Amino acid sequence: MRRLSIPLRALLITVLAIGGTFGLDPFRNYQLATAAACFAAVAGLTVLVGLTGQLSLGHAVLMASGGYGFAFAASAATGPAILVLAAGLLGAVAVSGLLGLLLGLAAARLRGPYLAGLTLALVIALPSAANTLPIGGDQGLRAPFLPVPEALTALIAVEQWHAWLAIIVAALAVTPLVMLRSGRAGLRMRAVLDDETASRLSGVDPGSVKTGAFVASAVPAGLGGAILAIATQQVAPGGYGLAFSLLLVVAAVVGGLGSIGGAAIGSVLVVFFPWVVDELVAAAPTDLGQRLDGNLAVLVFGAVIVAVTVLWPGGAARLLDRFLAARPRRFATPATNTER
Amino acid sequence: MHKRHLTVAAAAVLALTACSTPSSEESTPGVTDDTVVIGTHQPLTGPAAAGYSAISAATSAYFEYVNANGGINGRQIEYIVKDDGYDPANTQNAVRELVTEDKVFAVVNGLGTPTHSSVLDYLDQQGVPDLFVSSGSLTWNQPGVYPNTFAYNADYVTEGAALAKYAIEQDPDAVICVLGQDDDYGDGVIEGVEDVVGSNTIAEVQSYATSGEDLNAQIGALMSAGCEVNVLGTINGFTAMAIGTAAQLDWFPKWYVSSSGADYPTLAGFLGEELAPVLLEGMVSVNYLPFSPDGEWVALFEEINAEYNDGAPFTGNTVFGMSVGYLFAEALAAAGEDPTRESLVAAIESGELLGNGILPLSYSDSDHAGYRGVGIATVSDGVQDYVDVAYVVSAGQVDAVEPDPVPLENDGIPGN
Amino acid sequence: MDRFVFLFSAGLARGAVLALFALSLVIVWRAARVVNFAQAALAVAAVYAAFAVTAATGSYSAGLAAGLASGALLGALAERGLMRRLGANAPLPGIIVAIGLVMVVQAGLAIGFGPEHRPMHPPFSQRPFVIGGVPVLSPYDLFTLIAAGVVMGGLALLFNRSSLGLQMRAAAFAPETARLLGVRVSRMVTLGWTLAVAAASLAALLLVPNELGLNPHAADLLFVNAFAVAVIGGLDSPAGALIAGIGVGLLGSLVTGYVSASASPLAVLALLTLVLLVRPGGLFAAKEARTA
Repeated sequence: MRRLSIPLRALLITVLAIGGTFGLDPFRNYQLATAAACFAAVAGLTVLVGLTGQLSLGHAVLMASGGYGFAFAASAATGPAILVLAAGLLGAVAVSGLLGLLLGLAAARLRGPYLAGLTLALVIALPSAANTLPIGGDQGLRAPFLPVPEALTALIAVEQWHAWLAIIVAALAVTPLVMLRSGRAGLRMRAVLDDETASRLSGVDPGSVKTGAFVASAVPAGLGGAILAIATQQVAPGGYGLAFSLLLVVAAVVGGLGSIGGAAIGSVLVVFFPWVVDELVAAAPTDLGQRLDGNLAVLVFGAVIVAVTVLWPGGAARLLDRFLAARPRRFATPATNTER
Repeated sequence: MHKRHLTVAAAAVLALTACSTPSSEESTPGVTDDTVVIGTHQPLTGPAAAGYSAISAATSAYFEYVNANGGINGRQIEYIVKDDGYDPANTQNAVRELVTEDKVFAVVNGLGTPTHSSVLDYLDQQGVPDLFVSSGSLTWNQPGVYPNTFAYNADYVTEGAALAKYAIEQDPDAVICVLGQDDDYGDGVIEGVEDVVGSNTIAEVQSYATSGEDLNAQIGALMSAGCEVNVLGTINGFTAMAIGTAAQLDWFPKWYVSSSGADYPTLAGFLGEELAPVLLEGMVSVNYLPFSPDGEWVALFEEINAEYNDGAPFTGNTVFGMSVGYLFAEALAAAGEDPTRESLVAAIESGELLGNGILPLSYSDSDHAGYRGVGIATVSDGVQDYVDVAYVVSAGQVDAVEPDPVPLENDGIPGN
Repeated sequence: MDRFVFLFSAGLARGAVLALFALSLVIVWRAARVVNFAQAALAVAAVYAAFAVTAATGSYSAGLAAGLASGALLGALAERGLMRRLGANAPLPGIIVAIGLVMVVQAGLAIGFGPEHRPMHPPFSQRPFVIGGVPVLSPYDLFTLIAAGVVMGGLALLFNRSSLGLQMRAAAFAPETARLLGVRVSRMVTLGWTLAVAAASLAALLLVPNELGLNPHAADLLFVNAFAVAVIGGLDSPAGALIAGIGVGLLGSLVTGYVSASASPLAVLALLTLVLLVRPGGLFAAKEARTA
């Protein structure tokens, strides 16, 4: 298994995931597409935090920027659906990459909580920016609808088609990230995290490594935004608020920092878990009045986040590692200290 | 490697027994012999819950009342309320679940412009009737683009225009200013006022963000601009804050408030029972629903509220929620013994629905606007009620009309 | 010019509350090296306690005392019950637990008290004094400024002039050494949380009468702005929190009045970016943060 190259493994997982969509009903496929979008963003975030120790609370804004890039470019493009999709994805990569670069340049100079403060202020400013810039205010922009191709219309519903696109785009977003991480760039990131002074002495510039890592983390997040724009045909600032941005961090940490598998687990958890809780709460007999509606689910979700983190601070990936103790700890996550 | 092969094989088997393929429509979704399932998305949690979570509770209470009295054409109405926390991403989830899992017959009274905009195209693609959207945006009235979507509220432009028209009729020389929310709500009210007073001639325009902490800066600016009539495109909390802040500055201009921010009981809750009658005296507002305190509709709704809604505080939200429920019940009754999505939409477009407003509904096959006109209400001695003035607004033209309230019939249960 | 004076004085009172809340974040940071994301939710819970006591007794000062006491208690409980279990050097699990705690507290408050805004009446008039025809600070604004000032001054004395303050600083900067010297480090950390959440509760308590009313989300924006303030001032610096708090308060008021309400968060973001580009550790950066 270890001999398989990363792209081949990615291809295998992608095909498996696409096969899996046949087992799901349309709503579950839509949730899968949402989870794929979160996965792309969380994978970027987990590499950033886990490998370079830079804590970004603003990955929702990077996702939004990708969504806007997708909506602009895809709406401008004409021609067959595949061209519209490609143009949109390029737009997403360009806009999120540029924003990532700007943030990365600032981030390279900043320590953990200061970067967290800056990225948090960015999230809060997003609705204002949407009102000020020509990007449609709080109603946002429409993204073109990508219908099921003719040949497949008899076989799959539109939700399943969008789940396929989501899986493919997520694979395109995450695979280069995995390759980057296991290559020389990953080594440099780890070196900078371990000891900036030592890495500088051995000819690695911490500033450019950190900036590069930010860009490498921003692009998958932007593609995640593009996935949401494909699945929902629109992008609006309201969907990328503070709560969602913090949820991405929750997914990265609950999954296990630095681990791509952990990112997948974390994303699935934050997408499906609130829904499961909501269903359970709805099934329970409630004579307690309307105040419980919605709030009880939020309360239970919060309590579970607290409990899980207190019990397993290392996240799900660590837990998984323990079960699969035989597995070589090639991607074992270093204990990170993001504060200094 | 064996495990992977197994999984691939499993996936292939799943593919053969696919349950995800588009199914052919046989019966009408959400309708059985004795039930009709409908759904909505509402902010039950988060910051917006404060202003709006009472609406769907009131609608549910009205439907319980109808169900307890035999339902509509023998069918019980099951109203599924999904929480979206006023977050468009959650709205997407909630509405898709309503459509694909709960198989609702129609979506009724989905609340909010940014939230509902995010599911507008989806509902259109799925052919789900999207009835009586709870927002005054003009977006919902595009029968050519969204044939199944119907607005309900008088739109914000209409409200702004009617308020400005009434202000000018009271005093042609008044200095008119606007304070609006920094979204389509405030923009719509500003547009309506400009339609009447002329573009770029509003003396001072100020805006606020719902996340903003106070209105000191905005009220100070309006005051120093010498405003005499302030038209407010604000939600209730910010209406109260604007009036309260001005009073602290010893400033008592005339307040002209859009229906979404002019509910007397709610405002009194913010300002306190002692201050409210003093500060709100003379406040002018617009509305289209029967909220007159001594009216027959309010009497009925108060009874329903006491019996089916745990006696929750009775406010404009209660009247709004129950009125929407009434209109849906009326549409369902008119859709026939065996309602389909087509017959439901046709029933609304027929123009025969009366609703319970103070003006006729405007629905037709080329107009999905709901209320095109509003009546003027004022506060006098702590009582908010209509004065005998109403306007209909079309294409920037404001015309006075006679109010024509719909009388209560058959204890508020349509179709028998 | 009238408008400027009015906006300036409005910004001053808002800035004092921001500064106090930012200071509470600085205290937790200095004590435990974490940014407490649950500070606003805990503070609002304490304000609900104050609200309930004031409603029952009719006395603002009884409510104030109850609010501060419950804030202190909640701070201690959060530290002893949750944060302590995460172990040292774990800022990220700390943030995640805090986020979970925010969800629990806000949902719990919404279930217990309902989502509506409950008006809180200030103990002093909010009607401003008029000087030369221009309305300036109201008695309540003065009360806010004085209360925030007294508490900030008291905390500064405690930290810089008392042996308890010295122990707290020692425990924060060099826990191992401090422990060897007989400082009960864990007790100091708990004390830091206790003081911080109590101070944050006071800030929220002062803010709410100027807002729509008490609501589970009443201090959300206060936290975000105060975090920006603490970062601008330098997370280790109480003086930085004070100066940056007043500065951001004035900026918000002036930008809202002269430009628009939506420009205000953008102005804060711009100020934050500018300050961090020039001084990456904030205006009053601690020198020990320097590397090679």
